[in-house]
Amino acid sequence: MFSPNRFRGKLIVVEGIDGSGKSTQISLLSHWLRSRGYAVAFSEWNSSPLVRETTRRGKKKEMFRPTTFSLIHATDFADRAERYITPLLKAGAIVCADRYAYTAFARDVARGVSRRWVRNLYRFATRPNLSFYFRVPLDVAIGRILGGRDAIKYYEAGMDLGLSRDVKESFRIFQGHILDEYEAMASDVGFHIIDATLSIELQQRQMRRIVIEELGNRLKNGLLRVPPGEDHAYLPATAVL
Amino acid sequence: MRTYQPLQFYNEPLPGVDESELHGKLIVIEGPDAVGRTTQVGKLRQWLEQEGHAVLDTGMGRGALAGKGIKQAKEGNTLGAITMTLYYTTDFADRLENEIIPALRAGFIVLTDRYVFSIIARAIARGEDRRWIEQVLGFGLVPHATYYLRAEVKDLVSRVVLGRGAFDYWESGMDIPFGNNMFDSFVRYQTRVIRALDVMAKKYGFVTIDAGRAPDLIFRDLQEHIRNLELRKVREFPRVNGANGAKRPKRKTH
Repeated sequence: MFSPNRFRGKLIVVEGIDGSGKSTQISLLSHWLRSRGYAVAFSEWNSSPLVRETTRRGKKKEMFRPTTFSLIHATDFADRAERYITPLLKAGAIVCADRYAYTAFARDVARGVSRRWVRNLYRFATRPNLSFYFRVPLDVAIGRILGGRDAIKYYEAGMDLGLSRDVKESFRIFQGHILDEYEAMASDVGFHIIDATLSIELQQRQMRRIVIEELGNRLKNGLLRVPPGEDHAYLPATAVL
Repeated sequence: MRTYQPLQFYNEPLPGVDESELHGKLIVIEGPDAVGRTTQVGKLRQWLEQEGHAVLDTGMGRGALAGKGIKQAKEGNTLGAITMTLYYTTDFADRLENEIIPALRAGFIVLTDRYVFSIIARAIARGEDRRWIEQVLGFGLVPHATYYLRAEVKDLVSRVVLGRGAFDYWESGMDIPFGNNMFDSFVRYQTRVIRALDVMAKKYGFVTIDAGRAPDLIFRDLQEHIRNLELRKVREFPRVNGANGAKRPKRKTH
């Protein structure tokens, strides 16, 4: 499905529906890895400056259809992969990604794009060394989203699909479809599943344990680290793309 | 009773499009950079309109969604090969859904300056995976006819030098680059593009037109081929092989 990671660096990704708490967890994990002296880079879904203007206009004017929505996100991903993720992996960094191609596999398929097509679309992506999936019941996630923010956006709610005229209702149905897609691929793609209803601390402890178990020895060799004696606290913060 | 062939997708139908509603004709003009496609498309449009057809002409990178973004991205220095391929694919999907398909529904002749084949050829020339990009573009409609304006690299070079007076960064593949100056890179890159189009010519049933000749002669050839399409006889077309090589299913009228 992906191209194998032949680089020195390691790729760790988090996935889950909106409100699953994955961003909090990958942020905590990346700080922890940095504190241990590793060179850590961070990449966020849908953040390429090259594509930003097109995405913004398309969303504002509601120009996207399922295929173009899928393709512009793949373009965004390709830009981050070519300019940022791949070179940093080559250099020996640990790259932490908040959402990866699996987001497209779940969300674009929930939008009606063919499963086979979207999986092929991301074939150029580097296979993650670790993928965490934050499993959360729909109601819990929706409670977190509705409690914490004001407005749900048009595409976020899947309003382009005509599921319901009510934004909240549409959001609920759409997130439900996305959740189904995540669950359907979970065993297939080898997710490490984290129960996202547990406390933040407990989830983080599980993640760190899995990182050490799975990457343990590989973390000792090849990775770019702060030379002994130098204090990592004085290093500039890594760029986020 | 006549048999006819409606337009069809290569292997990945777009959600929400009923092919049997597409009554227009899709005609593609392909060829490498500087071969004279745009001139021919302009002349064809004029001629077809005089003949009483409604014509939509469209071309790569001209869509409302991504056209501007692509232009801006090409002005910078950070556009990667896969990113460029996917950006152009986004633009193509947008034009297909919002320009080409609506025009075909309305019975227009759609004349397109480049099609999926140019995106594929450029990707292959830059070393991307053929199967990957062919499947990504599998939502393209199989055209009624694809005219491949074929010329040798030396013809392209003389057109660039005599016509525009300078080599273009992207047409020379300087993003890779294929040589340490624009001329060398242009020659190597366009050779690869032509090779990729040649391979596709057979697979996708292009009509190859010798474009190393004067524009008038090329135009006369195109006219003759297009006359043979019998555009007035709506919905009547020869079978075309799909991207997967499988024959398209036969359908009958009434």
